[in-house]
Amino acid sequence: MEEIKSTILEILEEMHPDEDFEHCDTLVDSKVLDSFDIITLISEINEEFDVTISADKIVPENFNSVDALAELVQSLIDED
Amino acid sequence: MENNVLSYLDKIVNKVPDKVAFANEAEGFTFREVYRQSRSVGTWLHSQGCYREPVVVFMEKHPKTILAFFGVITAGCYYVPIDEEMPQSRIDLILENCKARVIICDAHTIEKARTFRFGGTLCLYDEIASTPEDAAALQEIRRKALDIDPIYIVFTSGSTGVPKGVAACHRSVIDYIEQLSETLGFSEDTVFANQTPLYFDACLKEIYPTLKFGATTYIVPKSLFMFPVKLVEFLNEHKVNTICWVVSALTMISAFGTFKTVTPKYLRTIAFGSEVFPIKQFRLWKSVLPDASFTNLYGPTEGTGMCCFYHVERELADDEPIPIGGPFPNTEILLLDEQNRPAREGEICIRGTGVTLGYYNNPEKTRESFVQNPLNTAYPEIIYRTGDIGRYNEHGELVFVSRKDFQIKHMGHRIELGEIEANVNMLEGLKLCGCIYDQDKGKIVLYYVGDMTSKELVAKLKDRLPRYMIPNYVEQLTELPFTANGKINRVALKERYASR
Repeated sequence: MEEIKSTILEILEEMHPDEDFEHCDTLVDSKVLDSFDIITLISEINEEFDVTISADKIVPENFNSVDALAELVQSLIDED
Repeated sequence: MENNVLSYLDKIVNKVPDKVAFANEAEGFTFREVYRQSRSVGTWLHSQGCYREPVVVFMEKHPKTILAFFGVITAGCYYVPIDEEMPQSRIDLILENCKARVIICDAHTIEKARTFRFGGTLCLYDEIASTPEDAAALQEIRRKALDIDPIYIVFTSGSTGVPKGVAACHRSVIDYIEQLSETLGFSEDTVFANQTPLYFDACLKEIYPTLKFGATTYIVPKSLFMFPVKLVEFLNEHKVNTICWVVSALTMISAFGTFKTVTPKYLRTIAFGSEVFPIKQFRLWKSVLPDASFTNLYGPTEGTGMCCFYHVERELADDEPIPIGGPFPNTEILLLDEQNRPAREGEICIRGTGVTLGYYNNPEKTRESFVQNPLNTAYPEIIYRTGDIGRYNEHGELVFVSRKDFQIKHMGHRIELGEIEANVNMLEGLKLCGCIYDQDKGKIVLYYVGDMTSKELVAKLKDRLPRYMIPNYVEQLTELPFTANGKINRVALKERYASR
């Protein structure tokens, strides 16, 4: 889980080097991420972890924090 | 014949006064309300002495913003929309260029407006929208109106770092709306979902046909464009049957397998543009909506919205770009080679009523692209040189080939890479930079030499550029590659990026 988290953090930091992602749990609600970021993030997560985030999982709750994202990825890996 | 876009409103308000014209997820305005509020705003502006001059509209994306536009036109003025997400320095440049005396704000934006370098009047939309109308004054303004008078100025990316204001007149907008409506089959039953920002010309497609036919436009909350299932549910909830969206908004839905969970139930007209529609994504849309019409639109802001269309009806090859087809009626496309001769492949030049008035308060830039038709030496006739290269394919359809310069299309936005570089170069401690575009992944890539981390650079750049222009990948180098004649070598930067 920690490994997943740090990989996601790396992806996010490359996208926005100036933001503090580790301590934010309102990434969507406070507009840190926009629609372009969400699309980029999903495609990079899909590539990095060899999982598929389907449309029904693309909801604000899953994208508001690095922890939520990591849990989403973990659940997708477990499903396989 | 109509000579003012508000003639549409004057007629429709008597026909369907109680129908909802413009709405968002929370609130809707009937044609009667639209008419009443635009006349109040017009009367108020008239009482301030505003006439035949720009009026800035600085409001969040809301149906009232559209009503404010109509109010400005009612006063015989032209609207200049600016947006809360535009950085301060860009807004200062716009205000400096258009020299407006009044800014119409809402409760969300007025605080920010107070920080502008602006000596004129700030007003609140809600306060001026209940001004008792002065019917005689408004009638006199309309009597004197000409269809060559401007209706708006919208600002587009400029390669030197200064945005250019494109001014369009009533006649151009009326011509565009008539041709577009005919081509896409709009009617009083049309229900639009607006995706594009209100501060560009793209939203003309919904705003004015809504007035012409008594149709309805829903403004889609911006946040839904991150969450495809919710977005399609919004379309279904409001029985939306027509969308004119940028390609990236459509592919966001199809690429994530949204159609396995929910499909659009009422959509029958889908128009898209600004970017190439990847054929795989296009086919996903076509397969869930086999009976809908799909139309590719092409056109620069300088040609009033769109000037070419292509109904996708024949089968396209896997590697075939969707053509841009051909011009709307009453518009001609010239393809000119380097010697200004007609060619099978050449620069796309627009001829017709859709050609806008030029760049506001910017005669030099206007002269560069709004030029005398080189094929006509007999009388004055202005064409617009788009800087896009096009060619005709074997079906006689026009196809976009490339750009002549470093302009890109990113998430539907038109961006000059030179404008990004100019703004980066203005940062203190920055020595050199070069910007490229990764077309496949849709990423703006910036390499720079200077005394700051990429983190600091991005943070500072956010004060200068709108979010969609912020590079998606930034790397610091100790030196930049140069070409033999001393320019930054973009080819070498692209190679470096590809092999990183």
